[in-house]
Amino acid sequence: MDRIPILRMGEFLLVTIQVDMHDQLALTLQDDLSEHISRYGSKGVLIDISALDIVDSFIGRMIGTISGLSKIMDAETVLVGMQPAVAITLVELGLTLPGVSTALNVERGMRLLRERVLAQ
Amino acid sequence: MDGSQPISIEQDVVLARQTVRRLAIECGLRLVDQTKLITAASELARNTVIYGGGGHMDWEFVEEGTRRGLRLVFRDEGPGIADMKLAMTDGWTSGGGLGLGLTGAKRLVDEFSLESTPGVGTRVTICKWN
Repeated sequence: MDRIPILRMGEFLLVTIQVDMHDQLALTLQDDLSEHISRYGSKGVLIDISALDIVDSFIGRMIGTISGLSKIMDAETVLVGMQPAVAITLVELGLTLPGVSTALNVERGMRLLRERVLAQ
Repeated sequence: MDGSQPISIEQDVVLARQTVRRLAIECGLRLVDQTKLITAASELARNTVIYGGGGHMDWEFVEEGTRRGLRLVFRDEGPGIADMKLAMTDGWTSGGGLGLGLTGAKRLVDEFSLESTPGVGTRVTICKWN
């Protein structure tokens, strides 16, 4: 079965979505991430979507769910790399991703995660 | 119509997005408009699978003076929509989604029309101009 790889980097998990995901693949990622957070006690999740040409309501919902469930499991989620055209489209679609932290790129996203975890 | 492809299973939604991307580039839509049209198509193709029980996406290139556009039709022979007004309400869903599919798709395109007859099927037509 297809899977999006999850990389472990110390206390953080790193996910780079590089394929056009069908819905089941997105749901599998959601399950895999929660399982990883639980198994490794991860404190942060960084999701890089710079390779995604579109984010529709289904993927948007998955991102929101991952952010919410990681918070419940004591981990922070930061979404990075959203293309400008994707951002414009998401807002017009009506999805503003409330409660989801974002950063422009991976570097800034990692910095944000470290600050958040240090502040705890 | 210039072409058509079936939308029967979840993976067909991905294929529909890829087709619309290719057509939108061919039509000369700028990047933001490509992205909006592909996203709208993704929402409607998913509806065709989930609510319509499968169907088809048809497409045609349209011209009006110097303008070119891409028109897409999503059609199914599913149960249809009983309450069209309710279906076009932001945040309302009959299927556990976010309720942004139809209304969101409408906001992303230049032309949108929804025809549905209970027991006969549903037909959504969208168009984006360059």
